[in-house]
Amino acid sequence: MARRVTPQRKALFTILGWLFGLVMFFPILWTIMTSFKSEGDAIASPPLLFFHWTMENYTEVQSRSDYFLHFGNSVAISFGSVILGLIIAVPAAWAMAFAPAKRTKDLLMWMLSTKMMPPVGVLVPIYLIYRDWGLLDTVGGLIGLMTMANLPIIVWMLYTYFKEIPVDILEAARMDGASLGKEILYVLTPMAVPGIASTLLLNIILAWNEAFWTLNLTAAKAAPLSAFIASYSSPEGLFWAKLSAASTLAIAPILILGWFSQKQLVRGLTFGAVK
Amino acid sequence: MATLHTRSLARVMVAPSVVLLFIWMAVPLVMTLYFSFLRYELLQPGPTPFAGFSNYYYFVTDPSFWDAIVNTISLVVGTLVITVVGGTLFGLMLDQPFWGQGIVRILVISPFFVLPTVAALVWKNMLMHPVYGIFAWIAHLFGAQPIDWFAEVPLLSVTLIVAWQWLPFATLILLTALQSLSEEQKEAAEMDGASVLSIFWYITLPHLARAITVVILIETIFLLTVFAEILVTTNGGPGDATTNIAFLVYAQALLQFDVGGASAGGIIAVILANIVAVFLVRMIGKNLEA
Amino acid sequence: MGSIVLKQVNKSFGQAVVIPSIDLEIKHGEFVVFVGPSGCGKSTLLRLIAGLEDTSSGIISIDGVDATRLPPAQRGLAMVFQSYALYPHMSVYKNIAFPLKMAGADQAAIDKKVQDAARVLNLTAYLDRKPRQLSGGQRQRVAIGRAIVREPKAFLFDEPLSNLDAALRVNMRLEITELHQALKTTMIYVTHDQVEAMTMADKIVVLRAGYVEQVGSPLELYRSPRNLFVAGFIGSPQMNFVEGAEAAKHGAKTMGIRPEHLQVSRTEGAWKGKVGIAEHLGSDTFLHITVDGVGSIKARVEGEFGLTHGDTAFLTPDPGKIHRFDGEGLALK
Repeated sequence: MARRVTPQRKALFTILGWLFGLVMFFPILWTIMTSFKSEGDAIASPPLLFFHWTMENYTEVQSRSDYFLHFGNSVAISFGSVILGLIIAVPAAWAMAFAPAKRTKDLLMWMLSTKMMPPVGVLVPIYLIYRDWGLLDTVGGLIGLMTMANLPIIVWMLYTYFKEIPVDILEAARMDGASLGKEILYVLTPMAVPGIASTLLLNIILAWNEAFWTLNLTAAKAAPLSAFIASYSSPEGLFWAKLSAASTLAIAPILILGWFSQKQLVRGLTFGAVK
Repeated sequence: MATLHTRSLARVMVAPSVVLLFIWMAVPLVMTLYFSFLRYELLQPGPTPFAGFSNYYYFVTDPSFWDAIVNTISLVVGTLVITVVGGTLFGLMLDQPFWGQGIVRILVISPFFVLPTVAALVWKNMLMHPVYGIFAWIAHLFGAQPIDWFAEVPLLSVTLIVAWQWLPFATLILLTALQSLSEEQKEAAEMDGASVLSIFWYITLPHLARAITVVILIETIFLLTVFAEILVTTNGGPGDATTNIAFLVYAQALLQFDVGGASAGGIIAVILANIVAVFLVRMIGKNLEA
Repeated sequence: MGSIVLKQVNKSFGQAVVIPSIDLEIKHGEFVVFVGPSGCGKSTLLRLIAGLEDTSSGIISIDGVDATRLPPAQRGLAMVFQSYALYPHMSVYKNIAFPLKMAGADQAAIDKKVQDAARVLNLTAYLDRKPRQLSGGQRQRVAIGRAIVREPKAFLFDEPLSNLDAALRVNMRLEITELHQALKTTMIYVTHDQVEAMTMADKIVVLRAGYVEQVGSPLELYRSPRNLFVAGFIGSPQMNFVEGAEAAKHGAKTMGIRPEHLQVSRTEGAWKGKVGIAEHLGSDTFLHITVDGVGSIKARVEGEFGLTHGDTAFLTPDPGKIHRFDGEGLALK
């Protein structure tokens, strides 16, 4: 670790690193910039790096397509499904981590395997059930669905975080006279907060970006942002500035959440296989 | 290790998750299986007679099916090659000390958080547009003829978009794995006279093997069912050029209203995914022991 | 008070029987050490007493009251864990105060007891720190402090010193012994280290594979081990065992002689052999001697002894200190 890094080497990697970083980020950067252009500037060739900034696209997006309705749907679906999922998953993860039975491992594996079932495999019956029960294009219907879709990941992430809490400490609390409720409230929860928070964050991101069920099961009313943006795929896609404004609004909140969760992302998405 | 009391409590606490997941998985799957043996079209009301394996027969003998299989595999393999190779290079680069590392790291992983529909639309319209797109402009700069991406190389175009979204994931995981490689091991290799390249080949790469396997398996699960990117860019076309299994099932069910045929396709998709899942579950299961 | 009685206590995990059946009586104020190799069931036994595991059958009574089915919190025992099990998100003060808070004590009483405990354990300066800011020995003391404030009927220690370095271990050993003398509370202490057992215990319980091999004071176990296992486990360096003709001379299948009970001479003795390795500790020298017709024998001599590798040496076992064992490994009287 005490290796000296030559300034030349560092400079070289600074240039390389920034170059690749900017290339990767360019589509996002370009979208954000275009969202502040007039439609004319947006399609100018050569592309304009300097232009007259305008906010008109943002006001237009809201007035024409009720952006905030879809934003609200996205928030309701992602937060609602993850919180519901946590309520179901926390007790399960607690039990599996601290009172494992012989079949706990098989159970965890089975949960994981449900996540691997491709959604198209169950698209038809889900669509028909939702149609018959009047759940198509409802926020509630999607919350229920996304809860189930992400439940295995939530249980798994919590399980790997809980596993890292030494069972000794919970037993110490028991010896110290804490009831199960107090044990969970005073000892487990404060220690598990970081893990629960990252589980919450990552699953909100996943739910926010989900684009199979949302596209297939929602229309105008309950469409979250992922489905709303898809409506730009035809004619309106030619209006780049407005498309960019809508896109920027759709990705900005989750991009920021994502930056905060980058460390947990690896663990969560690999089910603890890479830490 | 726990007392009887906590163990029975544990069972109660696990139950909701297990029961709900079981219903969520088993009921629709059994229904899909059931539908796949019926002649069942949404636009034709009336009886839905038993159809034997005819749905499977028609689905499999439809030339679109084989196109879709080839497209699915191409999309998955193409994306995997780009993301694993690119991810290893990016990971190695981000593992070096340089100025602004933290910011570059954020720039690199950002595409992963972009909504798939947004990614697809931005790439299709603003980057790959044959007249106004950035790529066209770059081609002009070098005096070349711009490519009409979605007309000439539609599948490659979709692959590029998907790869852009998944490259950050691969980078992040491989970087994490790289950072867990002990400096001492590398120093020991250096003492043994290994060159930079042989350190990479004999020390770093074997260390990454496991992380690469994880990347491949997890990406495969998601890539087998790429859908939104295809829907908003090409709608499966031109012809069947970008139709994968997921899109084919969708089209059969919600565009042609053929429930039986779509169900048969769904079951086939489940079987394909399971082949991959078996490996992944086994691998993560092994990790549980450690 | 603090007397604990185990009657035919049995514990199995599914098919695996960890403790077949144990009867044991621990008197008020005793310092009892459970000792044995890893996997002998000593920690399980402690956890059964603590209530962290259920007994499969049998009765555990504390102060004459059947506590077999009581949850840990209601048994009035305190435990110090191998990992210390401090609450990482609480300060030292809050860690020590936790059991009092759980018991619903009022703030003034809590404060007084925590301060008292901190003074006794030299922790007053650290009360605001978090456990991760403490050294191993300090963490150990916090764990003990958390146990003390409850004024339990008995203290349970689960290998509390195994995470400390050698010098600190000796210190803490003394501190715990002093604590016992000051509080006069029953203590049950689990360790795999026979030196800890010998130095601390009033009564040692030697366990192997869930069976009690012998119960007695340290010196009883040293002087008259009941079988080969106890003879080999108690005492350091380990007792020499000799079989065959030499043992038969004493009417035993196996004879045992401790290294400190062998006379070493250059010139004469019962056994003749060659010195293999000599370990010089300064105060003592341990000689590994290959004796013709007997095998490898370890002998201990005080101070420096001028024998080195390859020298010829003579050994004479002290006739009064020979242990004799029969074919089943039981000691012969």
